[in-house]
Amino acid sequence: MYLNHSLCRINTIYSFRPTYSNFWGHVLQGKLTARERVELLLDPESFVESDMFVEHRCSDFGMEEDRNKFPGDSVVTGRGRINGRLVYVFSQDFTVFGGSLSGAHAQKICKIMDQAMTVGAPVIGLNDSGGARIQEGVESLAGYADIFLRNVMASGVVPQISLIMGPCAGGAVYSPALTDFTFMVKDTSYLFITGPDVVKSVTNEDVTQEELGGAKTHTTVSGVAHHAFENDIEALLNLREFFNFLPLSNQDPAPIRECHDPSDRLVPSLDTIVPFESTKAYDMLDIIQAVLDAKDFFEIMPNYAKNIVVGFARMNGRTVGIVGNQPKVASGCLDINSSVKGARFVRFCDAFNIPIITFVDVPGFLPGTAQEYGGIIRHGAKLLFAFAEATVPKITIITRKAYGGAYDVMSSKHLRGDVNYAWPTAEVAVMGAKGAVQIIFRGKENQAEAEAEYVDKFANPFPAAVRGFVDDIIEPATTRKKICSDLEVLASKKQVNPWKKHANIPL
Amino acid sequence: MAAHSLSPPLSRLLFTVKYVSLHSRCCAVHSKAHYSTVYNPNEKTFDKILIANRGEIACRVIKTCKKMGIQTVAVHSDVDSSAVHVKMADEAICVGPAPTNKSYLNMDAIMDAIRVTGAQAVHPGYGFLSENKEFAKRLAAEGVMFIGPDTHAIQAMGDKIESKLIAKAAKVNTIPGFDGVVKTAEDAVKIAQEIGYPVMIKASAGGGGKGMRIAWNDDETREGFRFSSQEAASSFGDDRLLIEKYIDNPRHIEIQVLADKHGNALWLNERECSIQRRNQKVVEEAPSTFLDPVTRRAMGEQAVQLAKAVQYSSAGTVEFLVDSKKNFYFLEMNTRLQVEHPITECITGLDLVEQMIRVAKGYQLQHKQEDIPINGWAIESRVYAEDPYKSFGLPSIGRLSQYQEPLNLSNVRVDSGIQEGSDISIYYDPMISKLVTYGATRNEALAKMEDALDNYVIRGVTHNIPLLREIITHPRFISGDISTNFLPEVYPDGFKGHQLEVDARRELLASAAALYIAAQLRSQKVLGDQRVSTIPVKCTHWELCVELGKGCHAMEVTKSGDVYNVEVDGGKVEVIGAFNLASPLLPLTINGSDRMLQCLSRDASGMIVLQYLGTVFKVRVLSKLASELNSYMPEKVPEDTSSILRSPMPGTVVAVSIKPGDTVAEGQEICVIEAMKMQNSLTAARQAKVKSVHCKPGETVGEGDLLVELQ
Repeated sequence: MYLNHSLCRINTIYSFRPTYSNFWGHVLQGKLTARERVELLLDPESFVESDMFVEHRCSDFGMEEDRNKFPGDSVVTGRGRINGRLVYVFSQDFTVFGGSLSGAHAQKICKIMDQAMTVGAPVIGLNDSGGARIQEGVESLAGYADIFLRNVMASGVVPQISLIMGPCAGGAVYSPALTDFTFMVKDTSYLFITGPDVVKSVTNEDVTQEELGGAKTHTTVSGVAHHAFENDIEALLNLREFFNFLPLSNQDPAPIRECHDPSDRLVPSLDTIVPFESTKAYDMLDIIQAVLDAKDFFEIMPNYAKNIVVGFARMNGRTVGIVGNQPKVASGCLDINSSVKGARFVRFCDAFNIPIITFVDVPGFLPGTAQEYGGIIRHGAKLLFAFAEATVPKITIITRKAYGGAYDVMSSKHLRGDVNYAWPTAEVAVMGAKGAVQIIFRGKENQAEAEAEYVDKFANPFPAAVRGFVDDIIEPATTRKKICSDLEVLASKKQVNPWKKHANIPL
Repeated sequence: MAAHSLSPPLSRLLFTVKYVSLHSRCCAVHSKAHYSTVYNPNEKTFDKILIANRGEIACRVIKTCKKMGIQTVAVHSDVDSSAVHVKMADEAICVGPAPTNKSYLNMDAIMDAIRVTGAQAVHPGYGFLSENKEFAKRLAAEGVMFIGPDTHAIQAMGDKIESKLIAKAAKVNTIPGFDGVVKTAEDAVKIAQEIGYPVMIKASAGGGGKGMRIAWNDDETREGFRFSSQEAASSFGDDRLLIEKYIDNPRHIEIQVLADKHGNALWLNERECSIQRRNQKVVEEAPSTFLDPVTRRAMGEQAVQLAKAVQYSSAGTVEFLVDSKKNFYFLEMNTRLQVEHPITECITGLDLVEQMIRVAKGYQLQHKQEDIPINGWAIESRVYAEDPYKSFGLPSIGRLSQYQEPLNLSNVRVDSGIQEGSDISIYYDPMISKLVTYGATRNEALAKMEDALDNYVIRGVTHNIPLLREIITHPRFISGDISTNFLPEVYPDGFKGHQLEVDARRELLASAAALYIAAQLRSQKVLGDQRVSTIPVKCTHWELCVELGKGCHAMEVTKSGDVYNVEVDGGKVEVIGAFNLASPLLPLTINGSDRMLQCLSRDASGMIVLQYLGTVFKVRVLSKLASELNSYMPEKVPEDTSSILRSPMPGTVVAVSIKPGDTVAEGQEICVIEAMKMQNSLTAARQAKVKSVHCKPGETVGEGDLLVELQ
């Protein structure tokens, strides 16, 4: 009797598409329902739902009444396939108590996360929740903590991706923050610790939801989110595409997809891409895209700390992580934000066996009080740390400047770079000619002559090459060919760091 | 040479790079040149020639020099230091910074380059110093041969007023008009009224459509006077103007002449150059469909009379306007190699550059008039980096991120001076290449042109291939019913791209769907051992929705092997293709006929940008489910554009005619942007008060930059 009753209600829920005239329609304006999202994200008919019958256990405030109980409670969980590859998914249902997190809700999420860990498959969370289930009190808070713990345990074991598709506030924000990637939907999703009302009462700031925690804020200012998409559908379709780049777990190598782009393709346009004047900018993305398989580059954080470019791509079908200084923005210097952005990306690649290809054109770390007071030393060290500890295949191409400490940082030979190339335009030196000459020949006349001598000696790749700090000076047109062939060899690379409980990266 | 300033080991290294790319390029180029005349290696000409030009024409001249065993010297501006013509030449000298008046027009620097390299002769190409008598004089003074006519002919023909008088005297038909110098706008109006509207105002020293305006009334005459004199001053350093009767609906047909220093002159048949926009040629062909042998001979003979009258030597072009009754009028004589010379080479078999070099050395012509054939038909399309949807072509700039010429096809010649990775900058002419096809008949040449345009891959800059392909497939063009007003007559509301018929639309939609499915299936092809096995979706039947413009087309697709059967809009389309998802070219067989489509981009949200029949179409392919759910997505409101004025192209702001607070009338000039030496007046879309001005004269602006906001 109970079962029939439930199934009937399940059916109602399952096909529930509210019209715009009713209350939920208003709530859903411009959004998909939890189930629609799952259906679109996964391969057709691949979704296997779990815990459809779970209900919340709250008996206060009238919550125990039948009309306040919904089979499955406020989250849909289960497993499915994306392009045939296994994934665990949870999708919060805003139409049930505003997607709020009950003990049961948390328990459902924890269950699939545990399964994902035992099998070794990624977890995708589609977040759309008003926050804690206030009626449940501490039970709800305990639920959050249970999820946080699992996020931390799964970190570096299976990829975890959060897609924020509605509000996500208070304690709830820390689960996405603990996952590897956080994506957002423009105009309909928000992430903040406290909403505009609380902000007003505490700090007397007037701020809108969008300004405080909208997609634009988090993808350009705070760096909390890694990408933002136009709407639910674009976000989910892009998430499918993104998923293709990732291995299922840290036990799997970087995936290899069928590739139509010849691995020995020459790229003649690269021969002329670096301008003759070493102060003139160019777009590192032009180099990156020309080298990759079919220009297919999934950029991470494209609008944050734009002086460094990071993202996923494929070389001869194999997923690689790309890191590149961007001379077009702030001369491609390293500052606090770009160091942190780069470091986190490098660590993800290292954790999941994704080879790292680094394109270097860096004039150094950004000077100034703002940077020093902000702790550039500590944050810059993160990038250094990340490159140094990484044991995945590391290939580095110096396209132009590699100055000072930044040269060391950017996956240099000294940090166990497997293959380090320089283009003929490379300048590996402690600093640019002008600054160097002012120090070496302080007070001497004929600075111009000294500068020319310095340029002759150091503004080229030979000093590094004769010492073996770069393995070869290559014609830019052959870059793709060389990288593809190196990756083939490095696929069997084995390197182990000394045993430790965990390293102590300067956080 | 640019590498001189670099350290020795580095320049060595760069040289290796240069050599490799140069070698591969030249081999490809030489196999494509088709000349019937055989070069005589015993006929000694020059040891070393300097080419005072850039881009495709410099490359064109270097190719012939290489054939003749002549050393070549390229000159270049600093931004051109890795340009193709620099790489092709044996030596290269930097003659100054990017602006042409500081480099390619910088006679002092070029004279220095000649001295340093010891070049014995200079080929000026077209444009720049090619018709500059001062330059010719300075060369003569230093004993350097100018490959072109002598100073006298340049002077006589270079001045439009004088040339008309000479033509009249040589019994060449001329247009009624004013043969003096126009001093002020009011003078211009008076003269225009005497001749009768419409009139043409043009720069006395001009050419190539620059500094040229048509006026239909007094106001337009005043405005035309102002623009033409400014443009004339900036392009030619000479602001003298002339005014003449404007012949409505004419054809522009020109005769190629070739003369030596011994009084011999030939006419090498005509070129039909009527397809123009803003008086610049877009598509040319040789011969013309319009001329009969009698008219051809009459025009040819008058052209030769004129050449002889000025003791012309070298290659030159006599331009005529031809009205519907086959009356022809002398327009001007270009005392240089024309842009469109390849089509004459294709039908006559002569290498005009080779002949120019021979003549300059003092040899007699090898041919007699009766030796000059018309072999088959040749068509030239000028491929420009410009947006054909704006006034049939406003310049665009950018980096050629991908570039493949259709040289895999037979009977195709591509004259270009750029390669993958080259920059199209605001400093120079935005021409990418001259695409020439030829065949035994006009239809053969046209079919080949269609094929060549479809196979031409250009990425990174906006280009005019959509327009070119529409022109050469237009019924009026095919039937030969053209005039210089062809474009405004055929596209009175501006060019809008290819208009899809029902069948063509189905084919486009079906191709997009097939590409989408091929990409979806490839996503499931994960190689290597899998710890957790992959379970691909087993699917041979798809229900999709394809959005094109505002319409959404439901379709069903079944696939077996490389064959996609598509049902869309009540029709069936069979698409056969083995998709290479990394290639920009998509060779497909659609309903039995071979089609070359191009894929410009493809993204995860189903957006596919395809070039089909020359035009670029944006299509979005979604699964049926995604399409249904898509209707719930909020519509994002686009920016209101009626109250803002954005720069339609990259260029320099020459003048700003308004200031904040002014009230402008609809159509009133707001500012003037100069790009590629063309001045473009930007006007208000409606009457309004000016809210703010974001540009000032002298500033460089990019395409889409905000210039002025209205209230």
